[in-house]
Amino acid sequence: MRDFFVLRVIAKLLIPFMLLFALYVEFHGDFGPGGGFQAGVMVAAAIIFYALIFGLPAARMLVPDALVESLIALGVLLYAGVGVAGMLLGGNFLDYFVLMSDPVAGQHRGIFLVELGVLITVSSVMLKIFYVFAGRGRDAIE
Amino acid sequence: MALLVLAMVVQHNLFSVVVLFGIYSFLMATVLVALDAVDVAMTEAAVGAGISTVLFLAALYLTRGDETRPLHRTWSALLVSVGVGGALVYGTLGLPAFSDPAAPIHTHVVPRYIHEGPKETGVPNVVTAVLASYRGFDTLGETTVVFTAGIGVIALLRRRRRKEGDR
Amino acid sequence: MCLPAAAATQSNDGESMTLASHYSYWMTILLMITGLYIVVARGNLIKKLIGLGIFQTSVYLIYIAPGKLIGGTAPIVAEGFKIYSNPLPHVLILTAIVVGVATLALGLALVVRIYEEYGSIEEDTILEVERRDEADQEKAGDRS
Repeated sequence: MRDFFVLRVIAKLLIPFMLLFALYVEFHGDFGPGGGFQAGVMVAAAIIFYALIFGLPAARMLVPDALVESLIALGVLLYAGVGVAGMLLGGNFLDYFVLMSDPVAGQHRGIFLVELGVLITVSSVMLKIFYVFAGRGRDAIE
Repeated sequence: MALLVLAMVVQHNLFSVVVLFGIYSFLMATVLVALDAVDVAMTEAAVGAGISTVLFLAALYLTRGDETRPLHRTWSALLVSVGVGGALVYGTLGLPAFSDPAAPIHTHVVPRYIHEGPKETGVPNVVTAVLASYRGFDTLGETTVVFTAGIGVIALLRRRRRKEGDR
Repeated sequence: MCLPAAAATQSNDGESMTLASHYSYWMTILLMITGLYIVVARGNLIKKLIGLGIFQTSVYLIYIAPGKLIGGTAPIVAEGFKIYSNPLPHVLILTAIVVGVATLALGLALVVRIYEEYGSIEEDTILEVERRDEADQEKAGDRS
């Protein structure tokens, strides 16, 4: 793929917008269609696109394996952590009303953090799955 | 769409089956938009037409399986499928008609979600509100399932292939 | 493209059962039995996974289609809209799709491992290899 000039230029142009759109989908998900699951898949798709055009080693340099693996766990921990934070502040598990003084604002913040956790886990799991599959093919060639 | 699925049944070349599956997912996403499920359609377009096609192609490359053998056990399979389908069609006769506002699905918790949801959570997209707030436990479980599946794939495929002599 | 056409032409006549009122269920069941047929009749493991994928999308439809209200709009509350389609199935299916692709990846990983172990992804070849291995083991057991 590395020899296709047009593909490389178009990919370089498109990938920032793909990531930007993923962030829009994530943070505008309260008001329009969107949310953590969709945005996570889009982030992963953008990086997989990069890996397809520029090669797997380049993508692995950009987003290292160790980072992806720790992000997988971080997302779930963030989600569960929001629940525990609600407990510590005197509510039930995953009770967002206590996160801020105003219940509605607390709900908003809780949803925001939870969606962020979902985004992190989903995108890193998808990316890791792709790395593992693609890396396996590389080992087979060598 | 039904034609596409039938083409997938008879097609032997696995590569074209995977491509057809991508097209099928995209059509499914448009159907979901028509059914007002915009969030779901967005996910289906990104996941079905994007990620899973890439994964199928990767697996095809790794297993070098281009052609499938012809069908086997055709008649018993057809019998089982048609039997199950017939039973299900019989079951649909008792279901409410399409877009019936009095159907049970529209009368229980949902009016509360739609009327109180935006006020209680400050989020006008009811899908997001239900997903992250009312059914937060569900979503925590789903996230854990995704996490576990990722760990499983890593455990299965991370180690390098053993040398032939090691077995 | 069967379902949107059906959605557009259906009349909302409530009680009486017509061809149109249950058409969406029947299309879904058609997709479902096609998926089931692929899973049962095909020996190739990747083809079986694709059959499972078709089956899965039919489950999405069977959840989403009853939630649609004709004249309704997507469940994003805004001024000027009174009827919304049912958001609950959307939530369930949204998570189901992502979980579905994660488990699909797990299945494909298993297929790749099976290929590396048996050298094939055809069901009957795998069973043959299995039988040969067992016969070899029995022979080895007799000798000892």
